Amino acid sequence: MKILVAVKRVIDPYVKIRVKSDNTGVETQNIKMAMNPFDEIAIEEALRLREKGWATEVVAVSIGGESSQETLRHGLALGADRAILVRTDRVLESLNIAKILKKIVDDEKPDLVLMGKQTIDGDNNQTPQMLAALLNWSQATNASKVNESTGHLEVTREIDGGLETIKIALPAVVSTDLRLNEPRYASLPNIMKAKRKSLDVIELESMGLSLKQHVEILKVNAPATRTGGVKVESVTALLNKLQHEAKVL
Amino acid sequence: MSTLVLVEHNNHTMHPATRNTLAAALELDNKPTLLVVGHQCSEVAAQAATLAGVHAVWCVDNPCYEHQLAEQISDLVVSFASSFNAILASSSTYGKNILPRIAALLDVTQVSDVSKIIDANTFEHPVYAGNAIETVRVLDNIKVMTVRTTAFNPVTKAQDACCIENMNQEFPAKGSQFVKHELSKSERPDLGSAKIVVSGGRGLQSAEKFKLIDDLADALGAAVGASRAAVDAGFVPNDYQVGQTGKVVAPVLYIAVGISGAVQHLAGMKDSKIIVAINKDEDAPIFQIADYGLVGDLFELVPQLIEQLKNR
Repeated sequence: MKILVAVKRVIDPYVKIRVKSDNTGVETQNIKMAMNPFDEIAIEEALRLREKGWATEVVAVSIGGESSQETLRHGLALGADRAILVRTDRVLESLNIAKILKKIVDDEKPDLVLMGKQTIDGDNNQTPQMLAALLNWSQATNASKVNESTGHLEVTREIDGGLETIKIALPAVVSTDLRLNEPRYASLPNIMKAKRKSLDVIELESMGLSLKQHVEILKVNAPATRTGGVKVESVTALLNKLQHEAKVL
Repeated sequence: MSTLVLVEHNNHTMHPATRNTLAAALELDNKPTLLVVGHQCSEVAAQAATLAGVHAVWCVDNPCYEHQLAEQISDLVVSFASSFNAILASSSTYGKNILPRIAALLDVTQVSDVSKIIDANTFEHPVYAGNAIETVRVLDNIKVMTVRTTAFNPVTKAQDACCIENMNQEFPAKGSQFVKHELSKSERPDLGSAKIVVSGGRGLQSAEKFKLIDDLADALGAAVGASRAAVDAGFVPNDYQVGQTGKVVAPVLYIAVGISGAVQHLAGMKDSKIIVAINKDEDAPIFQIADYGLVGDLFELVPQLIEQLKNR
């Protein structure tokens, strides 16, 4: 079994982002970047499936600029066997990312694609479902438990009212929720070893895909800010404020 | 303009978020169609037909749709998508699971978590955990979008039931099969639509002590939420989580107890009308957005609060 894991380089989740003054986007120059946290969980799950003997190869793939190589090296240091970068400086929407990934899947023929349920920058939560649709594969989104079996997976999904378990035939696309696992850290020897692992770079233009623009970003604004109010001295004062000033009780 | 709204339901009851999604649909189109897909779901169709502004309800009732798997709902919707310019669902786990699949099958983009409709092609939605608002223009003919329900006021008015059209098209989910549900049972209001939400964080220390939050919620008739820390520590189930990766709420009153206020948590509650924070750390970031802050030990303050609420 071969697992493909799609990873994205995003602004580190603990960085407080700033909207650019010309409202074209968010400042990314000289800002700490990291692997999207949900994708780290996807890598971890793939490694665990390999450690159980279910999978034999874990391939990490990313789409983005030259610096996405660092993100892939991090994936290799965690334990992925090899990596592929689809290099492009274009800003891509989910549907086009799914189309690029479909091409990679057609070439690599994995049995399972693992991806984060959403990236913490776009917050879209779309690409795994779109990839599954383009491949006409089964999907299991928001996975918090994956039980492997021959020819299928039993996946527990986080849904609004609790949990849902479904059985999906392979090949399939599974997207990870936070609760799926606790990702490991890369050890120094593994970071060194990762430098020698194979990382293929494919230019997006060479893939022969016709990617149409479906959406135009008109502007990016900072949200209305909320300022702190007052600190009250006691529970009685709080209730008074809620009742007479805010009138919410 | 013709708009289709996917109705989320459990075969018996329509999910309240349908009312908010309908409100968004009505901004696009004055004759929206509601789609109810399920098994023995005629009650849901009847409920949907009486929501003010609904033009028609399409009901697809077939045993194969009992669990509404993404693969089959997508195939079904795509089979009649050419009649519509817009397809909407709420940005719940239900809508998020299905709509991107529909969009990809139609070769169109999908806009997630729409918080404002500017015109038929232009929408706002939050990105970066709500720290930026992106305005996008969709260039495709069919607009597929999930709606941030807290950003639209629910349709509460009723009308005489509109026409319910029963259709029968079978799309079995080929590779997927439902196994089981484990749903959290609660007598309290639904977290996503409650007027008052009381949330607990790591400061509650244990699952036993988290009961204090339940007691406060009961005294207020509120729903119970939690921070990721409280969920990860096992105090409460995952579906209580409020934040970027959990639920987004915007109640009239949000009371954060023992929650420091990480960016990811604020993403899920900062549009609440009034925010109250109870925390012993007076420098906790939550106080920067709270309308009313109370600094002190929650294990002393919350019981006092419950006591005084009971004596009101």
